[in-house]
Amino acid sequence: MAGLVSVAEGLHAPTSQGTIMETPMVEIEKVSLWYGLKQALKDVTMSMSKQRITAYIGPSGCGKSTLLRCLNRMNDLVDGVRITGNIRIGGTDIYDLAQDVTELRKRVGMVFQKSNPFPKSVFENVAYGPRILGVTNRSDLEGIVERSLQGAALWDEVEDRLQDSALGLSGGQQQRLCIARAIAVEPDVLLMDEPCSALDPIATAKIEELMLELKNSYTIVIVTHNMQQAARVSDYTGFMLLGELVEFGVTRELFTNPREKKTEDYITGRFG
Amino acid sequence: MRLQNRGIWSTGEPFIWLTGGALTMALLLVAGLIGLIFYNGMGFFWPKSVARVTFTDGAVMTGQIVEREPLPEKPGQFRIKLKVANRDLYGADFQWVDEARIARREYPPDVAVIERTEWGLLIGTIKDVRDGGRAIAVGGAAGWAEVQKRLAESERVRRQIRRIEKAEIGAINARQEGVRLKLKGLGLRGITSGPQVEALQAQLGPLQDEYQRQAARLADLRKTQSITVVVAGDGGKEKELPLAQVVSVQFPNSMGLVAKTADYVGNVWSFIADDPREANTEGGVFPAIFGTVLMVLIMSIVVTPLGVLAAFYLREYAKQGAFVSAVRIAVNNLAGVPSIVFGVFGVGFFIYFVGGSIDRIFYPEALPTPTFGTGGILWASLTLSLLTVPVVIVATEEGLAAIPGGMREASLALSATKLETTLRVVLPAVMPSILTGLILAMARAAGEVAPLMITGVVKLAPTLPIDGQWPFLHLERKFMHLGFHIYDVGFQSPNVDAARPMVFATTLLLLLIVVFLNLFAIATRNRLRRKYATSAV
Repeated sequence: MAGLVSVAEGLHAPTSQGTIMETPMVEIEKVSLWYGLKQALKDVTMSMSKQRITAYIGPSGCGKSTLLRCLNRMNDLVDGVRITGNIRIGGTDIYDLAQDVTELRKRVGMVFQKSNPFPKSVFENVAYGPRILGVTNRSDLEGIVERSLQGAALWDEVEDRLQDSALGLSGGQQQRLCIARAIAVEPDVLLMDEPCSALDPIATAKIEELMLELKNSYTIVIVTHNMQQAARVSDYTGFMLLGELVEFGVTRELFTNPREKKTEDYITGRFG
Repeated sequence: MRLQNRGIWSTGEPFIWLTGGALTMALLLVAGLIGLIFYNGMGFFWPKSVARVTFTDGAVMTGQIVEREPLPEKPGQFRIKLKVANRDLYGADFQWVDEARIARREYPPDVAVIERTEWGLLIGTIKDVRDGGRAIAVGGAAGWAEVQKRLAESERVRRQIRRIEKAEIGAINARQEGVRLKLKGLGLRGITSGPQVEALQAQLGPLQDEYQRQAARLADLRKTQSITVVVAGDGGKEKELPLAQVVSVQFPNSMGLVAKTADYVGNVWSFIADDPREANTEGGVFPAIFGTVLMVLIMSIVVTPLGVLAAFYLREYAKQGAFVSAVRIAVNNLAGVPSIVFGVFGVGFFIYFVGGSIDRIFYPEALPTPTFGTGGILWASLTLSLLTVPVVIVATEEGLAAIPGGMREASLALSATKLETTLRVVLPAVMPSILTGLILAMARAAGEVAPLMITGVVKLAPTLPIDGQWPFLHLERKFMHLGFHIYDVGFQSPNVDAARPMVFATTLLLLLIVVFLNLFAIATRNRLRRKYATSAV
């Protein structure tokens, strides 16, 4: 398909849908989710590899964000949610009763669709997570903040504006700030829920570039409704429709040679 | 299709005029009210000239012209109201005089206006000055020179006497009372003799000696106050006034603009800083200012945590449903309850139940005299905080609703607990709204009088709630309040005519205090808003 550039290099070829030949980081096994009586996820099973970018595409309402929010248990905040199945991150079952939710959320960070910096200074925003975790030494915090802002490719733009309000930054800068904030706690997995949907193309390009760098340290899961974006940045892509995982595989394969008819219909734009 | 020409209605101008007109009318009403209060209130302090009026039949009347109105029966003619003062000489402060009866009007420069500690003003000419009955200066000029020499000293002695009475003898009395109460407390527990009782009784002796010593000092000081001034009024009446009773002497007819302005400033200052005299119709309102501000502060300290915590629970922690909605409706309705009902609740619950229990448990030796089982500044502040808590809850809830949910989610996603999110993210962001609620609460509380009248405000309080004796803040004491002072001076005083100008001045002062409190809170809120700019509340 002309125009699609896959940046996934050095991957092993997949064998069959759902199984990967690399170190699995996130393992989802027969997960179903109900909002009250409405079933939002139907028997989803798949694995996500360590230090790779996995993307989910699909039409609105297909359950991509719901699946993402299961991974750091943000769905716990919604009333009337019921989940069956098994989710393991780094080998441990995250829905185990003995699992501390806040400890999970340290390992699994999230960047939201609409950037939501706190009404504090840039420094305090990034230092929020480390402070929660108990870091109080000022020079330690300064080191963490600088490292995180550099990791989010924002340091040059804000290094002399650290004490200014974060709300004064532009949209793209705010989203990168949220990314810096998320990586300041050094998670293992970084979840990104349509991170560029509210941004202009130039800011989007910057964040996509950022994701490729972050891949070296974090496992990234990104939900996007922009197929070209998924094709540009991800190593693996999953296509979801009406709560079901229709197809999952190496990005290049999925976009050039989809196995399922529904996937092909969606990618070529016949619906969705 | 042709556009209909609807004339002026299509431009929307009538509505602009309507809305602009309504706003202007409201502003004019407010400005008019404030202007009236300002004019009358500030005019109260300006030293007025004294007129000497000679009637057609030869009689003479000396006084300050305070009013002029047309005669109802005889159109075109007027009458004037003279403040002749000298209540102890003439019987009535004010006299109405038909202008038709006046033959001559003069402003003699030697007429003195003497402010004194009893009986209000004294208007007349100085005849002579005596010391223990013996004249030491005769005539207006010599008399005034002698008074000027001795007035400062007399003032100093008077202040010293008051200090000894209030502070030193007051402290001795307090200690004696403390010993007596401790003895009674021991007696209640059956201990009427023994080492404890003897130790306490031993304290009484030295206290009594100390008291005698101070009383002797007072007697000595009073003996030095032997100077008197003889002042001549109208109709040959004279008054021999002890110099100790003189607060100030002025000759308004011979005062230039500078002198009058200086006197004006002095009057304003003494109004704010002095204690009231003569059933609140003379003197200053300082205890009322103090009581009002202290009560508003205590109320704010109580209502803010109460209201904020309640709002947080309703909005952040409680499961939203029928019950929470019912609570919210009840809270909103609480704001509409008449304030006297809160007063009655305050009396029944706080004073009788809680106060009575405190008395029985902690102050049994003082009974049957109640300590906390009667009105006091604590109960009045608590009653008012109940009155204003709905306002704080509603304002805080509005602020919480305006905080985007994404902020809370972001905090939780960073591994914070709900409590950490509430304290570190939500609370700083909702501070401007909390201050809004506090501003509204203070404004409402400063103006309420009805519930205070039955929970602790009195016409005249002998002491302030804060003084030099342990525990320094006496929450069980009754206090004075500017709002009640206005009511008392305007409608309950024995001499309404004399008191009326003071009502305006006190009203103006209350307005200024409320404005000042509000400005302070608004400035704080603006500073916080700049820091945490998220909501518009």
